[in-house]
Amino acid sequence: YDTFMTVSCHSYVDTSISLEQIENLHKRFQRLSDNEETISRKHLDSIPSLDNNPIKKQIIEAFFDKRNQHQDEVGSCEEIGFEQFLMVMSHFRPPSLKTTEEEKEAMRKEKLRFLFNMHDTGNDGTITLVEYRKVVEELLSKSGDIGQEAAKAIADAAMLEVASTNVPHMDPDDFYEGITFEHFEQILKGLEMETRMYIRFLDVETPTLRCGKSTS
Amino acid sequence: MQRCGYVHLWLLGSVLLICLISGVTSVKGDVALLHQESHLKPLSEFKSNLNQTEQGNGSRVITGISIVTFKWNHVKTPYLVALWILVAVLAKLVIESFPSVTNVIPESALLICFGWILGGIIWAADLQQTFSLTPTVFFYFLLPQIILDAGYSMPNKLFFTNLGGILLYAILGTVWCAATLGLSLWGCQAGGAMGALDIGLLQYLLFGSLIAAVDPVAVLAVFEQVHVNEVLFIMVFGESLLNDGVTVVLFNVFDAFVKLGGPRINAVEIIKGIISFFVVAFGGSLVGLAFGLLVSLLSKYTKNIQIIEPGFIFVLGYLSYLTADMLSLSAILSVTFCGVSCQKYLNSNMAESSVNTVRYVMKVFANGSETIIFVFLGISAIDKTIWVWNTGFVLLTLFFTLVYRFIGTFIQTWWLNQYRLVPIAFIDQLIMSYGGLRGAVAYGLATMLDDQRIKEKKLMIGTTLIVVYFTVILQGVTMKPFVTWLKVKRAAVAEVTLIEKVQNKVFEHSLVAIEDISGQIGDNYLRGKWKIFEEKWMSRFLLTSEARKKQDYIFNVFHQLNLKDAVDYVDEGERRGSLEFVRNESAFINFKKKLGDEFSEVLPDIMAAASDDPDAMRRDPVSSVSLQMHEKTMQGTRETEDIDAHHLLQQHLYKGRKQHLHRYSRNHLDINTDDNEVQEIFQRTMRNRLESFKSAKMGLAPAKTITKHTKKDQQQKMPNGKSTDTSKNYYANNEGFELSEGDNASGSEASGGSFPFRVNYKAGAGIENPTFMPDPDPMAPMQIPPWQAEDEPDGSTVSPSQRAQVRLPWTPTNLRRLAPLRISTQSTDSFAQADTPASQEKDKKWPPPPPPPSDK
Repeated sequence: YDTFMTVSCHSYVDTSISLEQIENLHKRFQRLSDNEETISRKHLDSIPSLDNNPIKKQIIEAFFDKRNQHQDEVGSCEEIGFEQFLMVMSHFRPPSLKTTEEEKEAMRKEKLRFLFNMHDTGNDGTITLVEYRKVVEELLSKSGDIGQEAAKAIADAAMLEVASTNVPHMDPDDFYEGITFEHFEQILKGLEMETRMYIRFLDVETPTLRCGKSTS
Repeated sequence: MQRCGYVHLWLLGSVLLICLISGVTSVKGDVALLHQESHLKPLSEFKSNLNQTEQGNGSRVITGISIVTFKWNHVKTPYLVALWILVAVLAKLVIESFPSVTNVIPESALLICFGWILGGIIWAADLQQTFSLTPTVFFYFLLPQIILDAGYSMPNKLFFTNLGGILLYAILGTVWCAATLGLSLWGCQAGGAMGALDIGLLQYLLFGSLIAAVDPVAVLAVFEQVHVNEVLFIMVFGESLLNDGVTVVLFNVFDAFVKLGGPRINAVEIIKGIISFFVVAFGGSLVGLAFGLLVSLLSKYTKNIQIIEPGFIFVLGYLSYLTADMLSLSAILSVTFCGVSCQKYLNSNMAESSVNTVRYVMKVFANGSETIIFVFLGISAIDKTIWVWNTGFVLLTLFFTLVYRFIGTFIQTWWLNQYRLVPIAFIDQLIMSYGGLRGAVAYGLATMLDDQRIKEKKLMIGTTLIVVYFTVILQGVTMKPFVTWLKVKRAAVAEVTLIEKVQNKVFEHSLVAIEDISGQIGDNYLRGKWKIFEEKWMSRFLLTSEARKKQDYIFNVFHQLNLKDAVDYVDEGERRGSLEFVRNESAFINFKKKLGDEFSEVLPDIMAAASDDPDAMRRDPVSSVSLQMHEKTMQGTRETEDIDAHHLLQQHLYKGRKQHLHRYSRNHLDINTDDNEVQEIFQRTMRNRLESFKSAKMGLAPAKTITKHTKKDQQQKMPNGKSTDTSKNYYANNEGFELSEGDNASGSEASGGSFPFRVNYKAGAGIENPTFMPDPDPMAPMQIPPWQAEDEPDGSTVSPSQRAQVRLPWTPTNLRRLAPLRISTQSTDSFAQADTPASQEKDKKWPPPPPPPSDK
């Protein structure tokens, strides 16, 4: 167990998740995986409290997305180990008073990238209209009265908005291919998502216990 | 400038009038309104006055019938009240006409200064202060509406997210300030710093408790001009709101102790005091919640009495205040939570127009009260009798209030930061401490002191006034430079775009999901669970079925969507001039139109004002909580333009004369949506289109007769044709709109190619415009005429062309989802189709114009 922790810690730099938090997450991981080494989609799928979440599918998919694992490969894997689990979770760590500006900037990019990847199901670096429609559709799937057509319409309108803000001068014959990461960053600037994208992993009492060194 | 001059004259006149009247009253030795002791029940006093006069008349020997009599006593009380309100509001008018001054000095400070001047004049006339703010007037007639407004426009999500911190500051912070101040002053007195004063420890603590609370009125007045970031804002504001309740409770507890007398206080009594503190605070909140739920429930059934629908919240809000007071629970907390708990349900249940009415009336009351309070805070100072000077006491109080505020805030924030995920920064703490403005609540409590038991009551009142002046004026003035200098993070000016909304939603859901997966019970977890609970139970119980449908954020999204388009549409037209403006409409109109059409089922009032959007309010807490209505338009000129454009569209797209039809009626204010009218509109738009279509084809300028009314129109105009005409002229001339033949812009929309569509709107007309009337019929979708209803299925089952499905066609002017033609959407499309047959092969999806039912 100890060796496992150190392994995961070493491969897991640049996070401010404490050892205690990691332990907690590990317990959770074991519960989810029924004490297996790895976790698969059906494990996450069976979490009862996720049932009401309209974007359940996308979130689960994000855990198996290789792009979120700091690896330079694309595609998705069938099952992930704790290390990968932790990696995905680390996107949701809170900033602390000690993080420097550069770290913050890196964190911001990383968090936004996570959201971007969640939408870019085609792995091609742009969120196309079709992909975005899917997102909106799923998002609205729990709110009953709104039909597919309406969802589509909203997605279209949103896309138009992105297009008009990012590419103000387009010929009438041009087409907007999709949202690139740069555009994505641009439009989400106002939301300051990066400063809000965190969860409390547990009651942090001793934030000093760090594992690994902080590299920017 | 000219106008300002008149304003001065007005003000001078009314001030003179007041002086005259106050002179008259003091000569007669009567009790004046707002006089220290005598108007616990202004109404009954009024009645007794009435009786007096009647008796007087009766006893006199009647020698004949007098044609005109001067019955001053008869109307004195209400007359004075009205005059005072007028003076206060006029003062505000004058002050606000100098924006360069109000930019530097907060309005509240200016109002206090104005109060001094006014007080001086009264003093000069009477040689005594006949008017001052009394606790009864303040706590029963001025304060409730301010608190109700604050609660009602509270950004709930933000508030509850930071509730822990707010409660900490409100409860612990207030107790801390009260205790330390009382003890320190007592210590100083024991040390001989203030000379001989007849104040014991308990009295000091009582004094400390009344001066401890940060005042929401003062805080709002200052902070609304300084747009600090939302967390900081909600911390200060939430604290000030809640600690008012706390301070009153604390005051009462200590007051009871003072009454009990020092020696008889033992451990049991102290414990009882502490228990009563919590019972009073939480009991008050519970009463408020109960009333809030009651209002929400009521609003579910008020559809048929739409005109008085907005009244419920005011009456029940006030009742919640009085009920809590009756039960000796915290009235302020009660009315706060009443507002907080009902806002969401009211906003969804009530008709759009009622929602607006509530919002406006609330602001009118709150803003008016605030103005009166500040003016009276100034007036009260000009009174020789209240001033007992003790340099040591005054200076030490000032010093200690300031210092302990800072110390308290730092200690608590340090503690809070241990648990907060995003800690409160040092600079924010500074501002939070510095924003501890004291206000009228402290003064009101001070005047409530019992001078039998507290010999130095006058000194305490005087000191309270000085503390209030010091904090409101000095700290208020320096706040803005301070914030700029420290580079405090300001509130982001949020321009709500659709994609931001969608992303935000995705984002929130993903946070909840991650918490679920990681098995943590965090803020998001609780919020998610609460949401589910709310959707399942609260909504079912409290919302009308219609409101429940619309409640989803799709509602907001659609608002945004259409509003944006409306604005773009007008902007575009303005920029390009009349002809070019519609040149590009051909290719993509169906794509867009379809959208608009789909939504017209979901949501009737497409054109509700920008500020109507409840979500927008949540997103911009600073302005929505502000007492100033116009604050909403201060997000930049773009916003103002939006609203203007929107106003313009509203005037010209839908309305027309029909809105005025029922104006004389007290019970109905809705648009007449009967079939005839719908039909008429339909025919008119059709005619317009055909005419302009013809003329466009032939290259002719459109004849003016296009919009000439049919005979039927004329008839419909008959009931009050005159008022219609004048109002039209009004739009045309006074508003600065020039919209040629714009009484039916659906015509000009489709046929704009031949219509000069020229718009000159001026910024600032905004939502303050008296003629602005939001679309008040939520029932519209139900009343879609049958020939349209038939077509709906067609519309929704058509899919866009192959190309449009995958990629988005783009042209700079194609943001034309604009759905102005709620009533006759189909015909627009049919027209557009006819106009541009060439580009339609692929996207062809609209049936030929449905035949309107034969006209009788």
